[in-house]
Amino acid sequence: MINLLKKLGKKEWGFIFVCLLFIVFQVWLDLKLPDYMSVITQLVETEGSHMSEILKNGGLMLLCAFGSLLSAVIVGFIASKVAATFSKTIRKEVFHKVESFSLKEVKKFSTSSLITRATNDVTQVQMLLAMGLQLLIKAPIMAVWAVTKILNKGWQWSLLTALSVVFLLSVIIVLMLIVLPRFKRVQKLIDNINEITRENLTGIRVVRAFNAEKYQEDKFSVANNELTNNQLFNQRTMQVLSPTMNIVMYGLTLGIYFIGAYLLDAALMSEKITIFGNMVVFSSYAMQVVMSFVMLVMIFIMYPRAAVSAKRINEVLDEELTILDGEVSTKENSIEGSVEFKKVSFKYPDAESALLEDISFKIEKGQTLAIIGSTGSGKTTLIQLIPRLFDATSGEVLINGVNVKNYKLSYLHNLIGYVPQKAVMFSGSVGYNVSFGSSLKEVTEEKIKEAVRVAQGSDFVESMKDKYDAHIAQGGTNISGGQKQRLAIARAIAREPEIYVFDDSFSALDYRTDAVLRNELKKYTKNATSIIVAQRIGTIMNADKIIVLDNGKCVGMGTHEELLKNCEIYKEIALSQLSKEELENA
Amino acid sequence: MPKEEKHPRRGPGAHKIVEKPKNFKVAIKKLILNLKAFWGLIIVAFVLAGVASILTLMAPNKLSNLTDEITKGLSFDTKALKDISEQIANRDFKEEVRVFVSMLFKEDFKEENIARILTSQDFSEEDKRRFQSFLLEVEKNSYDGIDEVSSQIKNAFFKDVEYQGILISKTDKLEFLSLLEKDFLSLGKLPDSIQRSLFKDIVYDKEVISSQDQITFLIALEKMGNNEDTETKLKAIDELPTSIYDIIKPKIDFDAVKSIVLVIAFLYGINALFGFVEGLIMVHVANNYSRKVRNSISKKINKLPLSYFDTNTIGDVLSRVTNDVDTVSQEMNHSFTTLVSALALFLGSLIMMFYTNYLMAITAVVSSLVGFVFMFGILGKSQKYFIARQKELGNINGHIEEIFSGHNVVKLYNGEDMANETFDALNEKVYECERKSQFLSGLMHPFMSFIGNFGYVCVCIVGALLTLKGTISFGVIVAFMLYIRLFTNPLTQLAQAMTSMQSVAAASERVFEFLEQKEMEDETHKRMYLEPNKVKGEIVFSHVSFGYTKDKMIIKDFNAHVMPGQKIAIVGPTGAGKTTLVNLLMRFYEIDDGDIQIDGVSIKDLTRDNIHKLFIMVLQDTWLFNGTIRDNIVYNKENVTDEEIKKVCDVVGVLHYIKTLPKGLDSEIKDVSSISAGQKQLLTIARGMIEDAPFLILDEATSNVDTRTEELVQKAMDKLTTGRTSFIIAHRLSTIKNSDLILVMNEGNIIEMGNHEDLMRQNGFYANLYNSQFESFKEE
Repeated sequence: MINLLKKLGKKEWGFIFVCLLFIVFQVWLDLKLPDYMSVITQLVETEGSHMSEILKNGGLMLLCAFGSLLSAVIVGFIASKVAATFSKTIRKEVFHKVESFSLKEVKKFSTSSLITRATNDVTQVQMLLAMGLQLLIKAPIMAVWAVTKILNKGWQWSLLTALSVVFLLSVIIVLMLIVLPRFKRVQKLIDNINEITRENLTGIRVVRAFNAEKYQEDKFSVANNELTNNQLFNQRTMQVLSPTMNIVMYGLTLGIYFIGAYLLDAALMSEKITIFGNMVVFSSYAMQVVMSFVMLVMIFIMYPRAAVSAKRINEVLDEELTILDGEVSTKENSIEGSVEFKKVSFKYPDAESALLEDISFKIEKGQTLAIIGSTGSGKTTLIQLIPRLFDATSGEVLINGVNVKNYKLSYLHNLIGYVPQKAVMFSGSVGYNVSFGSSLKEVTEEKIKEAVRVAQGSDFVESMKDKYDAHIAQGGTNISGGQKQRLAIARAIAREPEIYVFDDSFSALDYRTDAVLRNELKKYTKNATSIIVAQRIGTIMNADKIIVLDNGKCVGMGTHEELLKNCEIYKEIALSQLSKEELENA
Repeated sequence: MPKEEKHPRRGPGAHKIVEKPKNFKVAIKKLILNLKAFWGLIIVAFVLAGVASILTLMAPNKLSNLTDEITKGLSFDTKALKDISEQIANRDFKEEVRVFVSMLFKEDFKEENIARILTSQDFSEEDKRRFQSFLLEVEKNSYDGIDEVSSQIKNAFFKDVEYQGILISKTDKLEFLSLLEKDFLSLGKLPDSIQRSLFKDIVYDKEVISSQDQITFLIALEKMGNNEDTETKLKAIDELPTSIYDIIKPKIDFDAVKSIVLVIAFLYGINALFGFVEGLIMVHVANNYSRKVRNSISKKINKLPLSYFDTNTIGDVLSRVTNDVDTVSQEMNHSFTTLVSALALFLGSLIMMFYTNYLMAITAVVSSLVGFVFMFGILGKSQKYFIARQKELGNINGHIEEIFSGHNVVKLYNGEDMANETFDALNEKVYECERKSQFLSGLMHPFMSFIGNFGYVCVCIVGALLTLKGTISFGVIVAFMLYIRLFTNPLTQLAQAMTSMQSVAAASERVFEFLEQKEMEDETHKRMYLEPNKVKGEIVFSHVSFGYTKDKMIIKDFNAHVMPGQKIAIVGPTGAGKTTLVNLLMRFYEIDDGDIQIDGVSIKDLTRDNIHKLFIMVLQDTWLFNGTIRDNIVYNKENVTDEEIKKVCDVVGVLHYIKTLPKGLDSEIKDVSSISAGQKQLLTIARGMIEDAPFLILDEATSNVDTRTEELVQKAMDKLTTGRTSFIIAHRLSTIKNSDLILVMNEGNIIEMGNHEDLMRQNGFYANLYNSQFESFKEE
C-alpha cells in the first residue's frame, strides 16, 4: 500500500496536505460547535439572559457548522480528485506495464489474474484511499481531540465513555471474527450455486437426455440449503450489531445524564451551571468519540483487503521485463523472408524438462514450412520464438540472417504476420479489426477489402448490414469461430508481411473453405514465406518442408512423401486421418 | 461455450445503481403474493418495528423530563432564602442589643454592687476614679470606658450570669462589651455564650439554624450587599453556613431521576430487543424466501423448452439465480421494515412535535426541510454520475479485458499505441465520473450534519425565546433536539428504502419473468410407454416440417425410414443445423408438421421422459461437472457397481488413465489437471454406455483433440454404435462413408440424402465437400 502511494505526484501530496489542513480545521470547528451549544444551553438556562446573546452565539454556532460544511466540501473535492487521480495513474501504469509484458510474464500471472489486478484490485485500492483520505485522517484526529476535550470534564463521564467504546469495539471485533471467515465461505457457496446452475444450463441437453432433472435439482437444493444456512447464520449474527450500537449510544447519553445528576448535586452552587453545560456538551462529544472509534475499526477491517490488492498491483508493476528491445530497425541486408533456427532449445525457467530441444532448420523466401505433432509436442512454442513472444533458452533464431534479439520489437513484428490459434477479435468494425495495430505500410480501405477477400471472408462480411463497418462485439461473440479465423487471417494479410505464421489457424474452417483459402493465399503471397502449424494432414501435405515434432524434439523433417516413407510418427498421424487409398490418391 | 458473464459482487462501499422496474406496482404485488407463506411473520415484524418506533418517540419526552429534573439541581430555593433572611436579619437589631445589654448587666449595675466596689479597700483610688468615670459614661449608654477599668475591678464587679438558661461568664460579658461599639462584622467574634443568647436557634422547615450560622449568614448577607453579579452572588451562597445552605440549596429528586432513567432504559431496551427480534424475523423471511425462489428457478430451468435458451443467454439465467435473488433478499431484509419504522417515526415525531409545542415544531420542520431540498438535489445529481461512472468503468474494464486477452495480437501487430490511446481516453472519462460521483456522494454526510446543526440552532433560538417568555421549560428544547434527529433520520431512510424497493421490484420482475415463462406441455396424462429393452429400433420420419421460428421453416417435408441397427450420418459445414434433427428426435423441440414414429408409435404419444430413456446421447461439448470421475460416469443412474464402471471404462479405453490417478475413480475432475480434451470425451462416452439404450446419438467432436487421441475416441464410438440404431453428426467424412444413410445439410436445410456412393455419383454438395479435404496448395 505504501509503495503504491509513492505513485502519487508532488501535486497530489500537496493536495493531501491541504486536505489535512482542512480536515484539522473541520475537526476544530466540529469540536468548537458543542462549545457554542453549551453556551447557548447555559444562556437559555440562566434567567435574565439577553436574546441578543443567544442570537450571537447561535449565529457563531451556525457559522461553525457552515464552516465545517464548507471544509467538508473542500476536503471532499480534493479527496475525490486525489483518489480519482490515484486510480487513474495506477490503472494506467498497470495497463502500460502489462502492455510491455512478453508472453512469459503474462503466463506467469495468467491473463485473468492480470485483468482482475487492473480492474478489481485498482478499484479496491482506490476505495480505501477515497474513504481513507477522509476517515483515516479525520477519525484519529477527531478521536484524540475529542478525548482531550472531555478528559478534564469529569473522570466519571470519561470512564463511562471509555467503557462504552471498549464494549462496542469488542462487540464489533467479536462479530467480525465470527462472521468474516463465513463471509468468505458464503462467497464460495455462491460460486458453487452458480457453478451448479451453469452446469445444468450448459449441459441442458445431456441433463434432459439422461432424465437427470431431479438429480440436478437435488444437487442444487443441497447447495442452496448450505448457502441459505450460512447466510442465515451470518445475518442473524450481524443483527446483534445495530441494536447493540443503539443501546450503547443511547445508554451512554443516559448514563452521562445520570452521572451528571449526582455530580451536579455534589457541586458547589457556583460550579453547577458549568457542570450542567459540561454534561450537555459531553454527551455530544462522547458520541463523536464513539463514532470515531467505530470508523477506525471500519478502516482496520477494510485495510487488509485493499492491502492484498495493493500487493497484487505492485507485483505487476515491479515485474522485471525479460524481453528487451534490440537496436535494428532497418533492413540490414538484402535477404528477405528467411527464417533460420540454429540448435534452438527452450524451457520454462522453473520447468524440469525442455519444451523444445535442439531444433535447427532454415527456410527461404517464398517457401512453406509446416509443423505437425500431437498436443503438447511444442509446435506453438516453436513458432512463438519467431516474433520473440519467448526468447530461446539456447541457440539462435535468425530472421533475414539477423538474430531476432537484435531487432527492435516493433520492426520485428512488422516483418511477421502471426495468426494465433485462438482468433482474437476486438470490439470495433470489421475494418478496425483487419487494420488493427500499426504496420510499415498504411492499411487502406482497398487493402482491407482485398485481405478479407483472400481470407474468404467477403461473403459473410458483405452480407452483414454495414459490411466493413459492421460492428464486431468484444471477443467476436457475434460471429462464428470460422468467421473469426478468417478475419484474423485477413488481419495478417493486410499488413503484407514478409513472413506468415499460422498457428493452427484453419481448424475452425471446413475442409472446403480451408482449401480455397490456402489456394488464394498462395496466389496472393507468392513471395512471402509461410510457417504453418496444423493438425490436418490435408492442410500441410504440399508444404516445401514439414517438421514433425514429438515431445519437443524434431523426429522428422522433409516433404510429405519423404516423411511417409521414413517417419513412423508422421505415417501414424496421416493414417489416423485418411485411409490408405486416400493417401495414395491424393 | 456461451460467453462467460461477469457478476460484479457488491463489496462494502460499492455503490449500486438503482434500476427502474418496468412496473413497480405489479412487481411488488406479485412479490407480496409470493411471500404468502411468510405473511404472519412479516406482520409480526411490522408490528414490532412500529411499536419500537412509538417507543423511540416516547423517549425524548422522558429525556426532557429527566433534564427538567436535573435542572432542578441548578437553582437554589429563593423563597426559603427570603424567609430565612427575614427571620434572621429583618429586625430592630439596635433595640434588641440594648434590651439584651440591659438584661445582661442588670445585676451588675445595681446600686449595691457599685457601692460594694467603691467602698472596698482592695482597689486603689485611681482605679476607683476610672471606674466611676466609666459608670458615668454608662449612664449615657456608652460602654467605651470599659478598657480603662482595671482588671481587678472588672473581675470583682462583673458576675457570671445565667441568661435564659445560658451561662454567660464574666469574661464573655467583658469581651462583648469591648466589641459592642465596634463594627457589625465583629459579630462573628462574639463569645459563644453571647451569640447563643443573642441569636436563638431558628427552626426552618424542620431544619435547625444555629446562632453561629445565623451570624455567618448575616455577615454573608452584608457582604453581598447590593451586588448584582451572579457569580459573586453564587459564590456567596457557597459560603453560607451548612444549615442554611442545606435548606436553600438546589434539590434533585433522585427518586424521580432514578425512575425516569429506569423508564428510558426500559424503553431503549425494549426498542433494541424489538429491533433485534424484528431483524431476526426479516433475516429468516428474506433468506427462506430466496431459498425458495432459487429452488423454483432451478426447477424451472428443467421445465422450459430448449427454445427459451435460443434467445436467452446462460449468463442471463445465472444472474437471475444469484444477483437478482440476492438483491431481492438483501434489500427486502432492510427496506421492508425500515419503510414501516421510518414512516412511523416520521409521522410520530411530527405529531409529537406539534403536540409538544407547535411553534417549535414549525421551526424544526421548516429548517430541516430546507436542507433536505438541497440534499435531494445533490443526491439526484450524484446518482447520475454513479450511473455514468459504472458505465465508463464497464467500458474501461471491457477494454482492459479485451486487450489483455488479446495480448499476443496487440504485441505482434504493434497495437500498443492504439490500445494505449483508447485506454487513456477511457481512463480520462472514468476519472471525471469517478471524481464527480465520489465528490457528490461524499457531500451527503456533511450536509446531513449541517442540517442537523441548523435545525438545532433554530430550535434553540426559538426555544430560548419561548423559555425567556416562560412559555416552555428547558426540557422541551432538549426534547426537540432529539425530535429533530428522529424527524430527519427517517426522511433519509425513507428515501433510501424507496430506492431499495425499486431495486427489489426490478430484480423481482426479472425473477418472476423467468418463473412465468411458458413451460413445456404437461405429460402426466400420457399412458403410452415403450420399454427400452423391448424396442426394436425402427424410426420413421414422415412429412416432418420444422422451423425454429414460424416464419422460417428449415426442415420441409422430410421423409426417411430408418431400420433397426442402421447408421445414419448427418453431415454439413459448421452452422448448417446438423443438431436440428437430434433436437426433434429427442423432442427438445416439437415438430410443426408431420410425425416421427419409434417402432410405430408417434413420439407425440410418448412422454419426453420415455423418449429420453430410449436414447444414448454423446455430445460434442464434453460436458463434465464438478465431482468425481465416478459421479460423472454414473451420473443419475442408480445401483451401478464398480465392476460395471470399470468394464465400460475399459471398453472406451480410459481405464488405464483412471488407474494412473492417485484416487482412481474417486478423483475430483477439477483436481485432475492432466485430463485432456480427448479423455474428457471418452468419459462422456463411458457415461453413455452405462446408460444403455436402443438408440444412439453421437455428435462427434474432434476439432480440439489431437489426432492420436482422436483415434481412441473414434474406436470407442464405434463400439458404442454396434447393435444400436445410431445417428451420427459427422465432421470427418472418412468415418461415415459406410453409413446406411447420409443426410447432407446446409444452411439449415437437408439438401441431399443417400449413401456415400449415391451422393458421390450425384456430384453435388457432398461430393464437393468430400473432395475438398484432399485439395491443398496445388495451383489450380
